[in-house]
Amino acid sequence: MTAVATPPGRVEVHGVHKSYAGVEVLSGIDLVVEPGTVTVVLGPSGSGKSTLLRSINHLEKVDRGFVALDGELVGYRRKGEKLHELQEKDLLRQRTRFGFVFQSFNLFPHLTALDNVVEAPVSAQGRPRREVEEEARALLARVGLAGREGAYPRQLSGGQQQRVAIARALAMRPAVLLFDEPTSALDPELVGEVLGVIEDLASSGTTMIVVTHEIGFARRAADRVVFMDSGRIVETGPPEQVLDAPRHERTKAFLARVL
Amino acid sequence: MTTLAQPDAATAAPPPGTPYDQLRVVPARHPGRWAATAVVAVLLAMVVNSLVTNPRWEWDVVGAYLTEESIVRGVLTTIQLTLITAVLGFALGTVLALMRLSRSPLLQAVSWGYTWVFRSVPLILQLLLWYNLAYLYRTLEIGIPFGPGFASVDTLSLIDKFGAAVLGLGLHQAAYSAEIVRAGILSVDQGQLEAAASLGIPRRRQTTRIVLPQAMRTIVPTAVNEVIGLFKGTSIVYVLALGELFYTVSVIYGRTQRVLPMLVVAAVWYVVLTTVVTILQYYVERYYARGAVRTLPPTPLQRLRGNLTAGISRVAAVRGGVR
Repeated sequence: MTAVATPPGRVEVHGVHKSYAGVEVLSGIDLVVEPGTVTVVLGPSGSGKSTLLRSINHLEKVDRGFVALDGELVGYRRKGEKLHELQEKDLLRQRTRFGFVFQSFNLFPHLTALDNVVEAPVSAQGRPRREVEEEARALLARVGLAGREGAYPRQLSGGQQQRVAIARALAMRPAVLLFDEPTSALDPELVGEVLGVIEDLASSGTTMIVVTHEIGFARRAADRVVFMDSGRIVETGPPEQVLDAPRHERTKAFLARVL
Repeated sequence: MTTLAQPDAATAAPPPGTPYDQLRVVPARHPGRWAATAVVAVLLAMVVNSLVTNPRWEWDVVGAYLTEESIVRGVLTTIQLTLITAVLGFALGTVLALMRLSRSPLLQAVSWGYTWVFRSVPLILQLLLWYNLAYLYRTLEIGIPFGPGFASVDTLSLIDKFGAAVLGLGLHQAAYSAEIVRAGILSVDQGQLEAAASLGIPRRRQTTRIVLPQAMRTIVPTAVNEVIGLFKGTSIVYVLALGELFYTVSVIYGRTQRVLPMLVVAAVWYVVLTTVVTILQYYVERYYARGAVRTLPPTPLQRLRGNLTAGISRVAAVRGGVR
């Protein structure tokens, strides 16, 4: 394969703060995700992992700090010394560069699996339906759902629904994939099939940020593990370091509880 | 361990190895249900008897007028009035609901104010106000706000009886429809909007493709209720002497003095119209149930066919058994 100069998908998070009703959920997050790498974010409930992920694609507006994708500010446009909030239209276009997979799938229940995947590339990117449908069938096959194109989400198991959601995110050809606890709503026996798909994507060089509680997944798929607690990044490093030789007491305590 | 109460012989389980399928099943008896059924049957028979035997119902007159030309024209006007009003009411109602849910305080306030005013003033009063609009504004003009106008039209020629009826019923209906649509939109899970936003689906498309179709499941039953209400509610425009069903009937009995049979004629037509809408409702609800239920309930036709095939196979099975 020929070497690409720099693949897209570099995410920078700088000094991000976010509060809800006076409670600070993110207190100064700095994080750089290199293109083509897999970053797994671990941490106890309420540590701000999901909020961080939702701030990256601007589903949440941060109070302070900024997020950039490939050097382009997310949610704002810089003009001289001022930051202008993006118009809804431009924001939506920017969001299509991120693929987001939700804990609760959030598939559109009134659309078939195929239509769930086809909807956004057609309506947001204006691509021809015929072409998108062909690609959507291929994507559904890739996540192991060939033949279920006509099924409605409620006719599918949780694991199947989440795999449709992954195909839906992939159909936008995003630069970065964001996973918000993608297996937390699944029965234990269904977790494996979803993690399998994500690991498959990880090995294909997609930039991914995965919030999860699956330590085993972090060990297998992550290039880097980020451990968060009470709105801060406590430590970060390759999985063998953070998971097997954590330097920080809080990381040790968390791992002792979940392992 | 303390001993459990010994089950008495009657309810005791048969010793293991007893083949249950050899035992005869005696269905439970329901004497109360039988008695109630008998009482209701007698009452029903009395009602039917009185309808048939009391000559004052004048069924021959009912039959003669049911499809009389002016009555049919009245029915058509009622249908026309209802459909236009329902479309106008729900179109404006949807706009009002979206305004109410927008982030602009002015749009919210205007929507709230509209609903407040149009729900507060009695419909009959609104109808008469619209009918008399020409007294307030002799001409209506299209042009630049506070500036020159381009075209003007005589109010009286624009808002005739039918126009006043459509305006009155439609604007009144919009206030109620707005709340129905709003309730439907609020019933859609917030995650749906987040998913749509994260996929970059344009705002308008989010509303028309993602939110409203799901809201329809909540909206349809109440909306049909409103349409049925409208069918009968249109009778109120008889105050404008507009020739819909009820006004036509009242004109005829004013002339012939056959009050009761004419009221029956109107009642029969209203029942027919309502029935048609109710049947439509079943199919519309079924349409919007796609995806919401794992398997759609069968249509009445499918059910009939299913019952028939089941019946035939049962008969065949019995025959096979006899042989």
